[in-house]
Amino acid sequence: MTVTTDNIIPVAARTVRDEMIAFGIMTVLLLIVPFTGIYPFFVMQALCFALLACAFNLLIGYGGLLSFGHAMFLGTAGYVSGHALKVWGLPPELGIVVGTLAAAGLAVITGLIAIRRQGIYFAMITLALSQLLYFIYLQTPFTHGEDGIQGIPQGYMFGFLNLSNPTVLYYVVLAGFLLGFLLIFRTINSPFGEVLKSIRENEPRAISLGYKTDHYKLLAFILSGTLAGFAGALKVFVAQNASLTDVHWTMSGEIVLMTLVGGLGTIFGPVVGAFVIIAMEQYLAGFGQWVTVIQGVVFVICVLAFRRGIVGEVAHFFRLSL
Amino acid sequence: MKSRISALLLGTVLAFTAANFAFAQDKTVKVGALSDQSGLYSDLGGPGSTLAAQMAVEDSGLTGKGWKIDVISADHLNKPDVGANIARQWFDVDKVDIIVDVPNSGVALAVSNIVKEKNGIFIDSGAGTSDLTNAQCTPNTIHWTYDTYMLAHGTGSALTKNGGDTWFFLTADYAFGAALERDTTTAVLAAGGKVLGGIKHPLNTSDFSSFLLQAQASKAKVVGLANAGGDTTNAIKQAAEFGLTQGGQKMAALLLFISDVHALGLNTAQGLNFTETFYWDMNDQTRAFSKRFQERMKNHTMPTMVHAGVYSSLLHYFKALEALGGNPHDGAKVVAKMKEMPTDDPLFGKGSIEPNGRKIHPAYLFEVKTPSESKGPWDYYKLLATIPADEAFTPLDKSTCSLLKK
Repeated sequence: MTVTTDNIIPVAARTVRDEMIAFGIMTVLLLIVPFTGIYPFFVMQALCFALLACAFNLLIGYGGLLSFGHAMFLGTAGYVSGHALKVWGLPPELGIVVGTLAAAGLAVITGLIAIRRQGIYFAMITLALSQLLYFIYLQTPFTHGEDGIQGIPQGYMFGFLNLSNPTVLYYVVLAGFLLGFLLIFRTINSPFGEVLKSIRENEPRAISLGYKTDHYKLLAFILSGTLAGFAGALKVFVAQNASLTDVHWTMSGEIVLMTLVGGLGTIFGPVVGAFVIIAMEQYLAGFGQWVTVIQGVVFVICVLAFRRGIVGEVAHFFRLSL
Repeated sequence: MKSRISALLLGTVLAFTAANFAFAQDKTVKVGALSDQSGLYSDLGGPGSTLAAQMAVEDSGLTGKGWKIDVISADHLNKPDVGANIARQWFDVDKVDIIVDVPNSGVALAVSNIVKEKNGIFIDSGAGTSDLTNAQCTPNTIHWTYDTYMLAHGTGSALTKNGGDTWFFLTADYAFGAALERDTTTAVLAAGGKVLGGIKHPLNTSDFSSFLLQAQASKAKVVGLANAGGDTTNAIKQAAEFGLTQGGQKMAALLLFISDVHALGLNTAQGLNFTETFYWDMNDQTRAFSKRFQERMKNHTMPTMVHAGVYSSLLHYFKALEALGGNPHDGAKVVAKMKEMPTDDPLFGKGSIEPNGRKIHPAYLFEVKTPSESKGPWDYYKLLATIPADEAFTPLDKSTCSLLKK
């Protein structure tokens, strides 16, 4: 179990420098989007999924835990935020907080159950829990079953930011994304992140060194679930609806797909992957039934030709850490 | 550089504004057919709806009168947020005027909200939810072909009056199934029938044997399938194996399309009862349209009622545009005009659009023929009863649409 590749395990100062430069470039690119004529709603949608994929990547890429139920955090936060905004009439910032807290609570409960097992069993438990939740949401009246919560008001953030203005909404979503991204970035490069990586590489060894690995895994799971929920709460403002699609297992699969296409265990990989997958859904929509075929082909090519994912390959080629 | 770009932009905007003033009667229209192109609804909507939209453009004769009409299509993948995003982008970037089809109730409701926000037009043909003309109605939405109320009431009351006066329900255990069962039960009771019982099954069930045995044991004359899609076809296939219809019971599917019957085959589907608002073999006009449609369809299928709805609704839309003398690019205004004009088209006949956006026309209770009764390909239905337009849909005084309250 000593297969360590130079592009995944960070080597101090140079790594952080590479990553900071890449982060700077990404931030600037995202900041100028509204001036380029690119359709902002597409980018917003992609940003929400990018944050979701990053949260997922924190767990699999750095903790070695493959969760196949991350859609439950996305969907739960979406439903709770949507309900809070539409029925309780809460302001947007509180709506986001309530939704994210709901996802955090869910992550504590599911995490306590799931982290007791590893590998495929962990994936199966998370899948089972998310399916359980899916059927609960199918039946619960407040989710309106298969119709979903529709026409969720966007409102005024902090009382003065008009979220129904696409440009304002874009910067709010971008700020949310960057906040979540930086938190993940910080986590990975902290002592906590180092312990996580050691658990991924060799858990018995980490235990023998005196780490309570279950605590670390649970904390990582909660953090990941909460951030996934935060992405779900942000998405409510973009899509203005919360529906069963977001809790369905295919959504969990899509998250895995995004992360794999972008690059597992790279910081920027999930962001790129999310943009690629969402762009395919959006811009290939005119091809009708070919969308799913094209997605499949892209996935197969990805797995066969560049296993490290887009960002992973680039990083490997230029010997960078991204 | 930037100032040059802004100057250029300003120039373009000015040129466009000038052009708009010069030609006050804009005669360009863009139609967006938003449907499920790859999933379970692709046969009843999908590519067929795009074709139906194109045929409507050609048959309207407007292109010959100097109009420029484009049809574009997209796949909403049965995801409400994908559907909503496409709709938003169509209005913002592609300048689409009207969105048609949109099967899948969740997606349809999401699109309806966006269309209202953008003051576009939405004519739904593919989705069933009667919420579109009740709690969630908008001044920009028209619901054309069918809805769950009409299916439940049509099948429930017409079948009961035809002698099927005792019922047993197989209901999918979610809101849609419960709504279908509730609406049908009301209709059955009102028509003097009795409901002997019912059983709920989980969504996406593959094994219906125990449910079907209970239905058989209930000795009800009619077994109502209050479910949809794969559940309905699975239940029908397994009922054929259990010989439910041979045992003298009738099967009533509450949501079924001709594409499903075609896929099941007559051997399995024979004796099924259900309600639709369109069948290709109704009269000369429907036959003529359907033959043309079939020839141009890639897999040579007959149009479903959803396809027919897309075609006929667009014809009416074009008539309204012609009456307005140009495209005002004002959704609510055009929809108001469409509601004001009586509808008349080759497929659904004469009808009208109610203030809540509900298009009304007659509905038909059909029974699937036995293989020996069928004279050729696609000869599937026999007509059992016609439900007149004014009885088929939700009465206006029972509609909860906010547009009706003054």
